[in-house]
Amino acid sequence: MELIYEKSRSGRRAVALEPLDVPEAELNSELCRPAAAPLPEVSELDVVRHFTLLSQRNYGVDSQFYPLGSCTMKYNPKVSELVAAHPGFATLHPHLSSAKVYEPVCQGALELVFETERMLAEIGGMQAGCLQPMAGAHGELAGVLLIAAYHRDKGNTHKRTILIPDSAHGTNPASAAMAGFEVREIPSTPAGVMDFDKLVEALDDTVAGVMMTCPNTHGLFEPQVHEVAERAHAVDALLYYDGANLNAIVGKCRPGDLGFDVMHFNLHKTFATPHGMGGPGSGAIAVGERLLPYLPGPRVVKSADGYTLETIPKSMGRMAAFFGNFLIAVRAYAFLRYYGGDGLPSVADNAVLNANYMFARLRGAYQAAFEGTCMHECLLSAVRQADKGIHALDIAKALLDRGFHAPTIYFPLTVKECLMIEPTETESKETMDLFCDAMLEIAQLVDVDPDSLHAAPVTLPVSRLDEVRAAKDLNCACLA
Amino acid sequence: MTWIPVTDSEREEMLGTIGVNSVEDLFAAVPEALRMRGWDMPPGLSEMALRAHMDALAARNKTDLSCFLGGGYYDHFIPAAVDALSGRSEFFTAYTPYQPECAQGTLQSIYEYQSAVCRLAGMECANASLYDGGTAMFEAATMACRATCRTRVVVDGSVNPVWRRMLLTHCAKLELDIVDGADPEGAACVIVQNPSFLGTVRDFADLGERCRAAGALFVVVFNPVSLGMLKTPGAMGADIAVAEGQSLGLPLGFGGPYLGILAARKKLIRKMPGRIVGETLDAQGRRGFVLTLQAREQHIRREKANSNICSNQALCALRALMYLCLMGPEGLRQTAQACHSKAEYLKSRIAAFAPVLNDGPTFHEFAVRLPRPAETVCAELLGRGFLAGLPLAAVGAGEAGDLLVAVTEKRTRAELDAYADALKEVCCGTDL
Ligand SMILES: Cc1ncc(COP(=O)(O)O)c(C=O)c1O
Repeated sequence: MELIYEKSRSGRRAVALEPLDVPEAELNSELCRPAAAPLPEVSELDVVRHFTLLSQRNYGVDSQFYPLGSCTMKYNPKVSELVAAHPGFATLHPHLSSAKVYEPVCQGALELVFETERMLAEIGGMQAGCLQPMAGAHGELAGVLLIAAYHRDKGNTHKRTILIPDSAHGTNPASAAMAGFEVREIPSTPAGVMDFDKLVEALDDTVAGVMMTCPNTHGLFEPQVHEVAERAHAVDALLYYDGANLNAIVGKCRPGDLGFDVMHFNLHKTFATPHGMGGPGSGAIAVGERLLPYLPGPRVVKSADGYTLETIPKSMGRMAAFFGNFLIAVRAYAFLRYYGGDGLPSVADNAVLNANYMFARLRGAYQAAFEGTCMHECLLSAVRQADKGIHALDIAKALLDRGFHAPTIYFPLTVKECLMIEPTETESKETMDLFCDAMLEIAQLVDVDPDSLHAAPVTLPVSRLDEVRAAKDLNCACLA
Repeated sequence: MTWIPVTDSEREEMLGTIGVNSVEDLFAAVPEALRMRGWDMPPGLSEMALRAHMDALAARNKTDLSCFLGGGYYDHFIPAAVDALSGRSEFFTAYTPYQPECAQGTLQSIYEYQSAVCRLAGMECANASLYDGGTAMFEAATMACRATCRTRVVVDGSVNPVWRRMLLTHCAKLELDIVDGADPEGAACVIVQNPSFLGTVRDFADLGERCRAAGALFVVVFNPVSLGMLKTPGAMGADIAVAEGQSLGLPLGFGGPYLGILAARKKLIRKMPGRIVGETLDAQGRRGFVLTLQAREQHIRREKANSNICSNQALCALRALMYLCLMGPEGLRQTAQACHSKAEYLKSRIAAFAPVLNDGPTFHEFAVRLPRPAETVCAELLGRGFLAGLPLAAVGAGEAGDLLVAVTEKRTRAELDAYADALKEVCCGTDL
C-alpha cells in the first residue's frame, strides 16, 4: 500500500481554518523555519481512505480472537469509550490540578481520581493507590523507586540488589536496572515455580527488594509466596507484585494479603481499557503501609469542602506531570463500577475456567509446559512439532491464516517453543472451540503437509517479512 | 454479567472436559488462609445507571470556560476526522504488532508517524512513541549518558519545571550529576526548551555548536505546533529532540493519555529507547513493515536494555499523524501563525497595564506580573467565565503575582478583548 507521503499532491488541502481576526504578527526570520514542514498535502477523503484501508490490515479484539498470553486481550466495552469521550472529562485542562484556585472547577475529575485510587487499593489489599504511572513498566519503575526511597529514608545504604525470577517479564529486570539497582536472577524449578531455596540463599543483606508475578508467567500460582514475603521482610527487603496477571485472582485473593508491599495494575489488561495498537495503557500502583509515606505526589484527598490536592512530605517525587493517563483511568473506573465488588470475582472465575478448558483440549496434541491446572493462561510447548521442523512461529502464522491472532510465542524464555494462550473471561465456548479445532488441525498438518505451514500466512496482505533485511538496510522514516 | 458469555450449562460441560467438579477447584493452588475475606467495593451498576453516574460526575467539571491556560498543554482545534478514524476498533483494540502480517495497519502508521516527526523537527530518526513529554525528556537524558559515557546532565532554565522534577524523580538512584545551567563542558548533554516554559523563543544554534565542540549532546525540547513556523531543533543542531505531542490532535483529558515524542540523529539510533518500525519486503517482494532493532529492548536484553518501556502511546501517535496529515504544511503554518498573532495582540493589550516578564520574543504564551496575587485574580476571572492562565508560583516558577497566559487559534478576537478588559478591571479597578 502507498504511503500517505506518496499520495501527496502539491496545493491540496484537507482543512480550512478561520481567517485571522487580528493583525498578522511577524517573528524575526532568524527564529523561523525557511519553508513549511514537508508534510503530506492531501484531501480529507485521501486521509479517511488511507487510514480506513490501513485499519483493515489489522487484527483486533473486535474482529478476531486474540489469545495473546500475558496481555489479557479481553473485550473493551463500548460504554467505557463513550464515557471517556465525555467533554466533561476529555476537554479538562490538566493544570486545573496545579493551582488551588482551579480545584472547584474539576471536582468530578478529582473525585474520579480519588475513587479509582481507593478502589485499586482495595482490590490490591493495599493502603493507597496512585494513577501516575503510564504503563505497567512505568509502574514497576515507580515501585522500585519507592523501594529505593524507603531504604534511603531508613539509611539502608547497603541495599542495592533486586531479586527477580527467571520467568519474569523483561520489563522487571529492565525497570530495576533503570532505577539504578543490580539485578540477580532466581531460577525456576522444573515444576515452573520460583526455586524457594535459591531465593532464601540469595536473600542477603544487600537485597532491597524482590519482584514477583503471581500467578507467574508460567500461569502458575506461586505456592510459597507468603513465605517469600516473610523471609524478605526479615532482612528488610520489600516485595513488588507485577500485576500483569491480576486477571487470574481479582476478587479471589489480594496481593497485600499475600505479603506484597507495592504493586502495579495494568488497567489495559485487568480492567479492559483498550490496548491501542501498543498503548496508551495505565500502570497505576498501590502501596501498603511500609511505602505509604513515599507515594508520588501530590495526592487527591477528600475534605469537608470537597476533593483537594495535598503534598506528601516524604514523597518520592513525580512520575507524571499530572494523574497519568487519566482518560484510561476513566474507562477503568467505569469497568469497576459496572462489575462492582459483587461482580469482579466472576472475572477471575471465568478467565481461569476458560484457560483450563483450552488447556484440557490442547494438552494431548501439544506438550503441556507444566502439569496440573493453570490459572488464567496455559502454556504449551511445540517441542514435538519442532522435532518435525514446525516451530512455534510456524504455528502462529498458520493461526493467522485461520482468522485468529496468535498466542504469545517464545515468552517466557524459560519454556522452549512456547505458545502462551490467554483466552480471558470474555470469550465464548464456541470461539475457544474453533480456535482449539484449528490448533488440532495444525498439529495434524505437521505430520501430513508441513510445507503448507512453512508458507503461512498466505491470506494476509503480506506474507512473512524479512526482519534481517529491515535491520540491515535500515529505513525507519520516509524523509522529505 | 453481560461481558461474560459462558452459560451455566456450558460451564458444566467445560468443567467436565477439564475433569474437575467446580470452578473453585481450579483455585486450589491459592492457600485457603490467603483468600479474600470481603472488601469495601461499591455494588455493580447497569449500563444505564453507570452512564447516569458518569454524566453526573462529568457535570461537576466546568468546561464552558474560555481557556487561556497552557503551561505545555494547549487547547487546539481537532478536526473531526481524527476522532472518526482513530476511533476505528481495528486500531484501538489491537496490541503491539508482534505478528507483523496481521498488523500492517499499525506498523505502516507508526512508520508514517516516525517520518512525520522527522519532517516536522528536521531530525533523521524517531521512535514509535514514549509516554509523555516529561518521560521523553528523562529518556533523552539517559540516552545521552549512554551515548557519551558521561554522567552530567545540564538542564537549562527554559525547561518546564514540572518535567525537571520528573527528571529528578526518575534519576533519584542513578549516579548522575543533574545541574542547572547551559555549560556543555564535560556534560553528557545540555537540555533546552524552545519556546521556553514561559513562552520565549530563541535561536539556540550557538549553544548547539558549543555542545558539539565539547562532545556533549544537544537536547532540544520543542512544541510541535510551533514548528509550523519556528526554526526546527534539527536546524539548531539538536542531537536529540523531544516533545509533548498533546497539541497534535490529542484532547487535554486532564493530563493524558498524551504522547512522548523522541527523535534523533541517525548515528544515535541504536541508543534510542522504545519501539522502532522499519521498512522491509515479504517473501514475494512486497513492501511491508516490522519492528526492528529489537536488540535494544527489554524483552530481549532484560536488565541491559536501553529502557524498560513496553506498552507505549501508539494510538496517540496515530492521532498525531492523522492531525499532521489533515493540517498539511499550510494548515500547520496557519495554525502556528494564528496562535502567534493572537498572542501578540493580547500581549500588547495586557502590557499596557502589567509588565511582561519574557526577555525576548514569544510564540503563543507569555508571563505577566500582576499587581495582585495571580490565584486571586484567576478566582475572580473564573467567575467571569475565564480560565485566566497558570499562576506561576503554583508550579514553583515565579512570584505570587506572576501569571502564564497562553493563546491558541481557537480564541476569537472578541474573547481576547473581553479577557483583556476583565483582567484589567480585576487588576486595576473599574475605571477603564
Ligand atoms: C508479566 C508482565 N509484566 C509487565 C508487563 C509490562 O506492562 P506494560 O506493557 O503495560 O508496560 C507486561 C506486558 O505485557 C507483562 O506481560
